[in-house]
Amino acid sequence: MTPTLTISQLTKRFQSVEALKQVSLTLQPGRRAALLGHNGAGKSTMMKIILGLIPFDSGKVSVCGETPGSAAARRQVAYLPENVAFHPALTGEEQIRHYLALRGGDPRTAPELLARVGLAQAARRRIGTYSKGMRQRVGLAQTLIGRPRLLVLDEPTSGLDPVSRRDFYDLLDGLSADGTAILLSSHALTEVEARTDSILILSGGQLVAEGSLADLRARAALPTMLLVRPAEGHLEALVAAFPEASVGADGLLRIPCAQGEKLPFLARITAWGPQVADLDVLPPSLEDIYSYFSRRDGQ
Amino acid sequence: MSQILATAISEFRIAFRNRWVLIATGMMVLFALVLAAAGSAPTGDVGVDRLSVTVASLTSLAVYLVPLLALLMSFDAIAGEVERGTLTLLLTYPVSRLQILVGKLLAHIAILALAVTLGYGAALVVAVWSDPSAIMGITSLVRLIWSSVLLGATFLGAGYALSALARRPSGAAGLAIALWLVAVVLYDLALLALIVTDQGGAFTTQALPIALLANPADAFRVFNLSAGQAVAAAGGIGGAAGAIPLWQSAASLFLSPLLAITLALAAFRKVTP
Repeated sequence: MTPTLTISQLTKRFQSVEALKQVSLTLQPGRRAALLGHNGAGKSTMMKIILGLIPFDSGKVSVCGETPGSAAARRQVAYLPENVAFHPALTGEEQIRHYLALRGGDPRTAPELLARVGLAQAARRRIGTYSKGMRQRVGLAQTLIGRPRLLVLDEPTSGLDPVSRRDFYDLLDGLSADGTAILLSSHALTEVEARTDSILILSGGQLVAEGSLADLRARAALPTMLLVRPAEGHLEALVAAFPEASVGADGLLRIPCAQGEKLPFLARITAWGPQVADLDVLPPSLEDIYSYFSRRDGQ
Repeated sequence: MSQILATAISEFRIAFRNRWVLIATGMMVLFALVLAAAGSAPTGDVGVDRLSVTVASLTSLAVYLVPLLALLMSFDAIAGEVERGTLTLLLTYPVSRLQILVGKLLAHIAILALAVTLGYGAALVVAVWSDPSAIMGITSLVRLIWSSVLLGATFLGAGYALSALARRPSGAAGLAIALWLVAVVLYDLALLALIVTDQGGAFTTQALPIALLANPADAFRVFNLSAGQAVAAAGGIGGAAGAIPLWQSAASLFLSPLLAITLALAAFRKVTP
């Protein structure tokens, strides 16, 4: 299967600053990739290069086998910019009709597209009266025009309430099942964790990690945290038995343990029987893994 | 082609909602009526029909008003899209920058054409109502309409170029007003001053025709005055109109919109979102 997006050795400089350094990645049809990184890590720059909005200094970028920004590439790529904006004097329906006409679609399908993002009621109101979340939905509706092969979404869920976020990811699932490759950036790590196939972490313009969450978790080898609540009056005994634990103000013992040591630790804890009131196992969160990879090179 | 048409329809709708259609038409009708009313009083024995005299006055009005309306409509065209943040998304669509510009131009030309046709039409009604024989001058009025649209197209193109260069609406507005002052007001004042100091010398005979043709506003005035029968009714710079062949001022009128749009496209291509 030919990848929808191929980037190799991409470098982009803004005057003296290297915004992207030797970035390489591929995205297969139907795959959903999350692009993570702190502010200024190069996420938006990379998206603009993929869309052909700005030139790059060296490397190769191929979008659906075409040069980014060429007419053939633009026909197959849809984009949702961060803080998407529209002319306030147009209604949602007029704006989508316009975008449909620009992509050679049938303007009469505009109400249907707006209904898919839950804007059927407000379709005939001016965008100037919309809330930020409603504008974001108009932005989503325009990305659905003409079955794009690549979707580039810059912080698509910012400004959406939790229910709309779930609806949005359901929409993406449908698109990716049809073979659309999706590249999205987000700061909401938990939803990215649940709803994407792979994760790309950019830090200081470099791609520092790439893979599924399970891959990254194994590679980071961060300790799992065991939270032990001692029964009344048995705190001291447990602290003495687990010298590696730290005791929080909440009276819980926190025992860090490497992936392989989890079961022996659990056996040791359960051996204490009724002297342990409760036990929680916390695997490293996406936040932990993300901080691990994005900090490693920043130091 | 469908992209150009879609852009034009969208732009026209925006201009309509922003009351630009109303403002442009209202201004043209108001000023044309004032001129028609003023022009219908003294004529009598000038030897030309009443409408031709009105056309001479309307020409002087159009030289000021048409470029102003065109610049007011166009200064926001690109800078506004940049500031609102709508340009980035638009440029990821399969539509070229030329198509975007031409689409906007078509919408704005349509508005200008509507405004001048209604404005001059109002003057026609007044002239014919007070003197039915004034209908003889209808050809000069039609000529004034299409040449006004060409003049407007030139300043629309210039406005887009300034809009792309400034990249912010406030800066673009300042540049547009400056262009209007220089091209429409100061240019003629400077020429008049030079004519007075030159006293009919080499400047007046050699350089003046070229200077008049180089400025689209003057070319418009010269074209309408020399094509009509009312040169005598106009004073000032208009007096020089007779010295310039009609085809030259016509060529200037037709070429300057193309030049302005070319400049606008070059400036627009330099805008990176």
